[in-house]
Order: sequence, then structure tokens, then C-alpha cells
Amino acid sequence: MKVKDIAQKLNLTIISGESNLEREAENCFIGDLLSHVMSHAQSGDVWITVQGNINVIAVASLTDCAMVIICEGMKLDDAALKKAHLEEIPVFASEKSAYNLACELKELL
Amino acid sequence: MAENVMRLHYTVSDTDFAVAGEASSSVKKVLKQLGVPGEIIRKVSIAMYECEINMVIHADGGEIDVEITPEKIRMIHKDRGPGIKDIETAMQEGYSTADENVRELGFGAGMGLPNMKRYTDEMNITTVIGEGTTVDMTVYVKNK
Repeated sequence: MKVKDIAQKLNLTIISGESNLEREAENCFIGDLLSHVMSHAQSGDVWITVQGNINVIAVASLTDCAMVIICEGMKLDDAALKKAHLEEIPVFASEKSAYNLACELKELL
Repeated sequence: MAENVMRLHYTVSDTDFAVAGEASSSVKKVLKQLGVPGEIIRKVSIAMYECEINMVIHADGGEIDVEITPEKIRMIHKDRGPGIKDIETAMQEGYSTADENVRELGFGAGMGLPNMKRYTDEMNITTVIGEGTTVDMTVYVKNK
């Protein structure tokens, strides 16, 4: 399913990456340990995390995730936000938990 | 031979986390432009990023030299940090000497060196206590 459709169905707030919303997302990965995410997340994943620092954007870029969802009401910090815009990575925010987002995603992917 | 080598140099300058990842991002873009297969790019960028992060966490930065040929990508990371006391222990997944600040950022889980080893075809660490560490990694583009 396309990133923009997932965002709409899950009622996500868009933070960055408006130019990459047509991309297809295929799978989901949940994790906050960045080294672990780096070695396990796959290209095209929806990555759900509570981390909001600049390294999240680097890891999303290196793993080629389709989109990042910062869950549980957590925020991207300013440096991360700047980098997210620069790299045009689709990042979204949600108040929902990773579990709830994943349950909803299961019906979509 | 020489004309087939592309050399890139990066300085990882300080303890600012915001800088880490610049070198690996840049190499990723270059490899993409060169048409290197995605899986190879992934291996190179993950290994390089882990090493960059290590240079920032443990050594206040350092220098990175990258050599790209049609056959392989070699990344040499040199720092003037404290050195690694026991490489064998440091290579164990889960072992870390990183402090709490680093852990809060999502690193320091003791996966850096194991990830570098996992994603490269060759990895050599030279370390001298009090002088620094050199991590020399190679990823082959074609099977050896």
C-alpha cells in the first residue's frame, strides 16, 4: 500500500517527506535500538519507533525504509526534523502505541 | 589499474552526533550513482555508519578513506581514541562500554562491531592503547 494511503488510514500526522508519499510500503518493523534496526529493517518497511533523534533519519535513509512513524506522542527533535526535510524521508507522528499501529497495519499490508 | 580506483576521504570531526552519518550517506549516494547493487550499498553503508558512530562515541572522531573499484569497496577508519583493550570481548554482541547518554540515543547496545563484521567480507582491527584504532573493512562487489 502507498505511504500516503497508510498515513490516511492510520490517521497519522505528516512531519516530512511530502515528495515521497507515492512509494509502496511492504512490511513493518518496530524497534528503538538503532543498531538492531539497521541490521534488521528492510527496504520498503514501515518503521515504528519512539526514538526522535537525528540518527533515526540516518538509519531510515540507510535501510531505505518507506516511512517512519514516531509513535506514542514522541517528537522529532529540531536537528532530526531539519535532516528529515533535507533527506525527504516520509516521517509521521502518532499518539498510538507501536502495538496498536501494528495491529492496524496488519489489515492494510 | 589505478584509473579504476575512486578514492574518497572524510573527516569525522567531533563528538557531535549530528555529524555522524554524513560520510556513510555520501558514500551511499556515490555508490548509487555508480550503479552498485542495492544489497552491496546496504552492506557498505551499515558497516560505515556503525564505524562512524563508534568514532564519535569512543574516539572524538577520526579520518575515513574509501577506495571504490569495480571489484570491491574498502573503508579504512582511523581514530586517535583510547584504543580497544580486548577486541575479542568487544566483538561479542551485547558488550558495550558506551555511557547512558549514548544509550538514550538508541546506540550503545553492543552491536556496532558485530554488525560491521556481519556486513563486510573482510574486517581487520588494529588497535594500540592510548594511540588509537584502525578498522579496515572490505565489501566485495562481485563474488571472490
